[in-house]
Amino acid sequence: MKQFTSNPFYKFILFPIGQMLVFILGASLALSLFIILLAFLFRSNVTDFDLVERTLLILPQVLINGITIGFVYATIALGYTMVYGVLEFINFSHSEIFMVGGIVGVELMAYFDHTGALQTMNQYVVIGLAILLGMVISGSLAVTIERIAYKPLRGAPRLVPLISAIGMSFFLQDAVRLILSLTTGEFNVILPNFGTFDEFLILAVPGIENPLRFQIKSILLVGVTVIMLVGLNYLVNGTKVGKAIRAVAQDRPSASLMGINVNLIISITFLIGGALGGAAGVLFAIKATRLDPFVGFFPGLKAFTAAVLGGIGNLTGALLGGLILGLLESFGASYLSIFTNGAFGAEYKDILAFAILIIVLIIRPSGLLGQTVAQKA
Amino acid sequence: MSLLQTIDVVKRFGGLIAVNKINFSIEQGTIASIIGPNGAGKTTFFNSLTGIYKPEEGQILFNGQSLIGLRPDQVSTRGISRTFQNIRLFGNMTVIENIIVGMHTQLKQGATDALFRTKKFHEEEKEAENRASQLMEYVGLKNVGNQLARNLPYGAQRRIEIARAIAANPTLLLLDEPTAGMNPNETADAIKLFRHIRDDKGITILLIEHDMRVVMGISEHISVMDYGEKIAEGTPKDIRNNQRVIEAYLGREAAKLRD
Repeated sequence: MKQFTSNPFYKFILFPIGQMLVFILGASLALSLFIILLAFLFRSNVTDFDLVERTLLILPQVLINGITIGFVYATIALGYTMVYGVLEFINFSHSEIFMVGGIVGVELMAYFDHTGALQTMNQYVVIGLAILLGMVISGSLAVTIERIAYKPLRGAPRLVPLISAIGMSFFLQDAVRLILSLTTGEFNVILPNFGTFDEFLILAVPGIENPLRFQIKSILLVGVTVIMLVGLNYLVNGTKVGKAIRAVAQDRPSASLMGINVNLIISITFLIGGALGGAAGVLFAIKATRLDPFVGFFPGLKAFTAAVLGGIGNLTGALLGGLILGLLESFGASYLSIFTNGAFGAEYKDILAFAILIIVLIIRPSGLLGQTVAQKA
Repeated sequence: MSLLQTIDVVKRFGGLIAVNKINFSIEQGTIASIIGPNGAGKTTFFNSLTGIYKPEEGQILFNGQSLIGLRPDQVSTRGISRTFQNIRLFGNMTVIENIIVGMHTQLKQGATDALFRTKKFHEEEKEAENRASQLMEYVGLKNVGNQLARNLPYGAQRRIEIARAIAANPTLLLLDEPTAGMNPNETADAIKLFRHIRDDKGITILLIEHDMRVVMGISEHISVMDYGEKIAEGTPKDIRNNQRVIEAYLGREAAKLRD
């Protein structure tokens, strides 16, 4: 067994994927049981349709939607949590790094559309190029922001870089708006229509009345994020740079006395976090189809929430937090109106998600997987 | 030529002069100590050597090259390793990982090696792990490689810190109160270990220590600091009989009574 667990294939591929499956199944199962229980409790209150039947009917689709959006949140949340890990500060401009990634990706596809290449190229190659460009631009943007706005403030009281990050966030929003307005006269960017991403893969499962419908773009989104998460896990746990990142996160002065160039490692951390955010931005753009410079705010805020929910500074926690938040949101959007007879619509989904966040934090202030960090000597 | 030489090093914190014009040198292959009452500036002096603090005045020469203005990681690359007064292991990493972090500057793996897990990457990784377990046994620990550093007993953590420091193949090892909090048996073992490191690996050792048995038992050369200044230096025998040292430790009145 020991031989097996130290095998790199197990350690860096099977284990993280298994962990994701456990999180997905666990969170889905818990929420599903809860909602079915509620349905049975309130069954007699609803007369015009059978509540239990209606609940079960839409449940698979609700789970699929929740997991899809959960992976987006998890990928963005990793950027927050990695930076928090090494610098202990919240990089509030991360939502704008995410937005820039999405806009750059869509602009690339619009450019292909303009030159006519879009219809001739393989759709997955286009998406791949867009994600790659989004990662490169967002990653370098994150490193630049760190150099300009955070590095000079290292050692200042903790609120100071935080304010700088919020300022950077507003600056980026308006800078992107200005650039887009100057170049295209319009600050909405719209994903050109191409490929088969809007189609559904239909999977009939025996025993379930409605076949499961997976939208191709959702499968793409989950697939790409899973690959990135596995890659990140390998980078952090299996390489020299990853060990250096963890060493810097745990004790910066000691790490530097081990010969680790702390500034370089901090830049690398921003590069990785930014690149993940940029990729998430492109994937989000494919799902949302329309972006503007202010689109990063809500996903960014929710991803930050996911990072806190899972235990900020903890990479696995960000994954778990993102999935739980995505599922909660999806459950809220679908079931709130059914259970309240239309009194609360889907637009109240965030209230549900954040109420649960508050309850979790009251019970476990360090987050689901967070540890109470011993005071650094 | 001395391995390490400091000339008139001064470190101030506002109005407080923590290190005042220290001239100090250590010869290759010796074991030397810096002693002094609490607050004498010993740890500040260490921090000035390793680049954590930047001295306001003076020169620090290591192998004839200046260390002034270098970052801690650059000083470490030049061949100086250290341990800390309060243990500063990476608590959430395993013992082996801690020691491998100590080898950071020697591992050559690049991005492409890691990405494709090339043969070179495998070999280097394997070798690093083997060397780490050897070092773990070298400092006298067995079968704790996969445990988290924070779960080990105090004495073992001290040993891992030393293993991590020598993993970088230093020429000079700085130990900041390495036997603090150890019982007499552990202290005796530690002294044996320090001697062994010097004799076996030829690493020059400089230590800060409060425990006089350790200092007198191991050092070939002792420097005494008080209020940021060097008040005496010499062999253990010289120091034991030095009037100023006795006064610094016991106070002037008590020293008189002793006579």
